[in-house]
Order: sequence, then C-alpha cells, then structure tokens
Amino acid sequence: MTDIAGIQTAIDRFMQSDMRGALLPLLHALQEEFGHVDPAAVPLIADALNLSRAEVHGVISFYHDFRTEPPARHVVKLCRAESCQSRGGAAIEAQLSHQLGVAMGHSRKDGQVALEPVYCLGLCAIGPNALVDDRPVARIDSARVVAIANEVEA
Amino acid sequence: MTRVFISKDMASVALGADAVAQAFAKAGCEVVRTGSHGLFAIEPLVEVETSEGRVAYGPVGPDDVAAVLDGSHGTRIGAIADHPFFVRQQRFTFARCGVTDPLSLSDYGVHGGWKGLEAATALSAQDVVDAVKASGLRGRGGAGFPTGIKWQTVLDTPADEKFIVCNADEGDSGTFADRMLMEGDPYCLIEGMAIAGHAVGAGRGYIYIRSEYPFAIEAMREAIARSASRIAPFTLEVRVGAGAYVCGEETALLDSIEGKRGQVRAKPPLPAIEGLWGKPTVINNVLSLAAVPFILAEGAQSYADVGFGRSRGTMPIQIAGNVRNGGLYEVGFGVTLGELVNGIGGGTASGRPVRAVQVGGPLGAYFPPSMFHLPFDYEAFAQAGGLIGHAGITVFDDSVDMAHMARFAMEFCAVESCGKCTPCRIGSTRGVELIDRIVAKAPRAAGALETMPQIRNASRAARTHDEEVELLRDLCDTMKHGSLCALGGFTPYPVLSALDHFPEDFGGGDALREAAE
Repeated sequence: MTDIAGIQTAIDRFMQSDMRGALLPLLHALQEEFGHVDPAAVPLIADALNLSRAEVHGVISFYHDFRTEPPARHVVKLCRAESCQSRGGAAIEAQLSHQLGVAMGHSRKDGQVALEPVYCLGLCAIGPNALVDDRPVARIDSARVVAIANEVEA
Repeated sequence: MTRVFISKDMASVALGADAVAQAFAKAGCEVVRTGSHGLFAIEPLVEVETSEGRVAYGPVGPDDVAAVLDGSHGTRIGAIADHPFFVRQQRFTFARCGVTDPLSLSDYGVHGGWKGLEAATALSAQDVVDAVKASGLRGRGGAGFPTGIKWQTVLDTPADEKFIVCNADEGDSGTFADRMLMEGDPYCLIEGMAIAGHAVGAGRGYIYIRSEYPFAIEAMREAIARSASRIAPFTLEVRVGAGAYVCGEETALLDSIEGKRGQVRAKPPLPAIEGLWGKPTVINNVLSLAAVPFILAEGAQSYADVGFGRSRGTMPIQIAGNVRNGGLYEVGFGVTLGELVNGIGGGTASGRPVRAVQVGGPLGAYFPPSMFHLPFDYEAFAQAGGLIGHAGITVFDDSVDMAHMARFAMEFCAVESCGKCTPCRIGSTRGVELIDRIVAKAPRAAGALETMPQIRNASRAARTHDEEVELLRDLCDTMKHGSLCALGGFTPYPVLSALDHFPEDFGGGDALREAAE
C-alpha cells in the first residue's frame, strides 16, 4: 500500500530547506526514507517543485541509482569496470551470481538479495570489489564469495 | 598512552582497517584515524608514535596488536617516508594525506593549511589568477586546459552571481585520487575552492560527488560544516550524483546540479560564460582545485619548476588493476610509463607478464609494453594516440583478451550514453554488434534490400572480415568527430588502440589473410 500521506509529509519537510535545483536531493531523500521512489510520488514531487510529471519521471529513469520498486533486503553491488576485470572480476561475477542464485542486475524472487553492477568504487588496486549493503569489500576471491553469500542469507 | 595512526580511507576499511583500529583501542591505545598514504599492499597500515617519530607496520591484522606494540611484528616498515614507494614522490597536493586527522582543523593548521587562502586574500583577484596562470597548472580532470585561463574568463565576465563547481564525479575505472583526497584531506579542497571564489568573485561553490563514494560524501559534508566560518562569506554545498557516468562531463554535471537529466550541453557557450543556472562558472576537477593552495602558499614558480614540457607541476598518478604495488604516486610530469608500471608498480600482481596498460580510464588508450618509453605528459600521450586523462593506469597481464576489452568499451558507452547525440547513442550499440561479428568471424551477409535488382550501388556479397574491421574504424571515426562530448568522442581510443596494438585478438593475422583470398 502506497503511503501517499507519508511521502507528502517527507516532501513538505524537505521543501523547507528552499534549495535550488532540488530535484536530485529530494529524490535521494525519498529513496533514503522509503527505500525507493514510488511512481505515485511523481505528481507530488512535480507539484512541489513546479515541474511537469514528465520532467520528474525523466530524471528518475535517467539515473541508475533511483529505484521505482522496493529493494531486496540485501544488495550486493559488484564492480564490473576494467580494473576489477584485470584482477579476475568476470570469474568472480559468475561465482557470485551462482552462489547467490540470482543473475547480475536482478533481485532474487524471494526478495532476499539483489546483485547489481557498479562501475568503479575507486578501490582499483585491490579488486575485485563490491559494496555489500554499503560496506566495502576488497580482494574478493572464492572464499569471500561464500562469506558474502552467507552474510546476505542471514 | 600510546598513540597509533590508522587510515579510515575507504580502501583501508575494505581491507579490514576498522577491525584493526578496534583492536588497538581495546588494547588501550589512542587511535587516530587518518587518510591513507596511498600504497594498498601495506594496508591496513598502523603507525605507532615513538620518540623517534612514527614507526609503520603493514599489513597488520587485528591479532597483531601485541607484536606491533612491542616492535617485534614482521611487517615493520620504519618511517613511511623512507619506504621505496614513497621516497621519490613529490607530494605537493597529497602532502597531508595519511599524516593528519582529515577532519581536525588544528591538524590542518599545523601542517600548513590555510596559508594559500591567507596569501590569496591579501592579493587582488587578478593577482591570484595571474599566479595560477604562472604556475602552468592544467585541468587535472583530463582535458588539460590551463586553469588560469579558465579563471580569467570567469573573472572577466560580469554577472550578478558566479559559481565555483568542483567535479568530484570520478567515474573512471583505475582512478581514486579524488576520493583519497576528499577522504584524507578535505580542507585542502575547501581551501582551493575558497581561493577560486576569491579569484573570480564567486560567493558559492558546489562539490558534485558520485554516489559510489559514501565515505567521501560524509567527510566533505562534515569538513564543510566545521570550516564554514573559516571560508566565509564563501559558502559550499555537496551535491550527490546518482550513478550516471556521463555526469563527469562538465556540462552534464551542471545540468545534474540544476536537477535535470545529466545530458551534455552543446558548447559554446562555455561554462565559464554561461554555466550553472546560466551564470559564469569555474568548473574544475578535485585535483586542479586541490593544487591551488600549494601554488598560492609556496609561490607559482615552485610549482612550475617541476614537470616536463608544457605539463607543469606534479600529477597524482594512480597505479591500479593487476599490479603488485598499486596506489597513489604523486610525482612531477615526465616519468615514463614503464617506470611507473614495472619500476614502481613492480609488475603484475598475478606474476604473469604485463600485456597491456590502459591509461586514463574507460576512454583511454591501451598501450603495449613496447610503448613503455612514453613520458607521462599530456602532449606525448596525445601524439601516441592516447590521453593521460585523470592519470589512472590499469595494468593487465597476458590473460587479457583485448577484443573483449574493446567490446567492453563500446558496451560501457552504450550503457552510460546520455542519449543526446546520435554517434554516441547508436554508434556504441552498433560497435558492440560489429566487434561481436568480427570476433566470431561471422561477417554480415548482404541484406534483403541490398540484393534487390533496383539497388545498384550497394555491395551484394557478404562482407569480408577486412571490410568489417574497416567499418569498425569508420564507425570510430564518426564517433570521434561527431559526438558532443568525450564519452562518445573518446570511446574510440580504447577500441582503436586495442585494434592497432593487438590485432591478433580480433581474428587478425591468418584469419585476415584467409578472408582476403
């Protein structure tokens, strides 16, 4: 059930800061509070910022970070960029995907874990790297893959 | 009580520094969390304060506390400055990184902080711009445009408000200097931006940080709050990106701050004349702005004295990928690529021979070891068909498939294209398909339309392998010259350099000759 009143309250609270170019910070704030940006929030955001719904929808769909559906309980973001590839990232990606039981870029059906690509975490000399629920993990090998899988099942 | 220094840099934390810090705190030590010195092979690094200065040990685990404290631990390094990785570095921008508590204002003041800003505020705006010009500082984001000339344009453009924007959207793989500086010495960037504000008459600055850098975002926000009175009336704000690589392009970044899709603007007008909200805007990379306090404090000449050709000063080079001693190496321009990869980097981490290095991130060229004599210099790299970009070097061993890397460059461009211009938006997707056909040795057959009798000017035969490669070069030419920004415009660099230096990976050699017969 979409919490329209809750979203409106969050928007009203945010608007008190009177920020210029507030759309991205507002979307971040909503996603922080509700886990995702509900499509039902689009007209409310548009109204608050005096934008068209199309403009708001366009921004949400443009940026990879903004989700329109609730996230999985755990999110593993694995780096796919060149430096991690040079350190065996592709093999780790296959192992992690197999171990977690979910394809890259998807959430598992039971909603327990999502495996998402990220292009560079800035830890390029100690890859392959991942963010496991926002905690950085480096030098991922087969043993760490198993440890990550165990962690997110808990 | 013994004082120990342990990094809280995101890389150190990823390697377990938090657990080490907790173990030392539990043993009764006073733990100071610093930035990272920049050599990740010795992280987590612990420095113990003694009467002879700090003694470093690394890597250290949480079980090593007693051995470190009694000096018997096997990974004793001694003074960190004497370590071979650091001894020849010229740390102008990163002088404090790893040494001080990043958020301590008193540490910053004791280690030479605010001297640049004090010197700048005693000068006229034009004198500050002249000092930056005289230093020879060029944009560290990749384009290498002279910073002083950019500032002059903003200074000379009359407006009711102007802005300083820091591009901290460090999306290139193989680069992490911006992240390390923001986490390890945030006041340095703040000081640089305040100097820029004074130099061009801007009252407000924005730091646009990518969302993949949560530690840097937190450090910068806290540092801005603590130093607000020091830089007043200049004000600063952090804006957080949302996972779009193209927002590292300056005009897309400005649109993103304005709350729009991060789409590239056509130039002109230059951001220096019509930038953020249509006002004159200085937009510089983190490293450009962070170099400015040194220039003002120590004098433009002491910065310009270091360097090579038209590339003056130091470059914080990032050695990354499959390399033994990866990390941040700040040194004057002119050091050769081979020295960086083999001498300082120590070759590959896997122990296999180096086959290729990519310099400058996903849009930089791949170089084979036969080109390791190249000096690190904007012009030398441009002449060799590449770029130094943000000075990240990604090392690959001989297991790399260069056709796969070329395909990845096109795939990355397709994923990250903002969609505004056709060569980038469509060319990248066609590039992926084309490389797939080249590698599979399955050239495209003639289409139904081409074989119709009415069509007289199209080839009716299936393409040969050579023709497919020729088409890829043609596509790269179109993207290079027809794209609005560097994303589409530079994606050909990794593709063409892989094709030129490693043709054997593209089914070349025998396969090419067969096809020609």
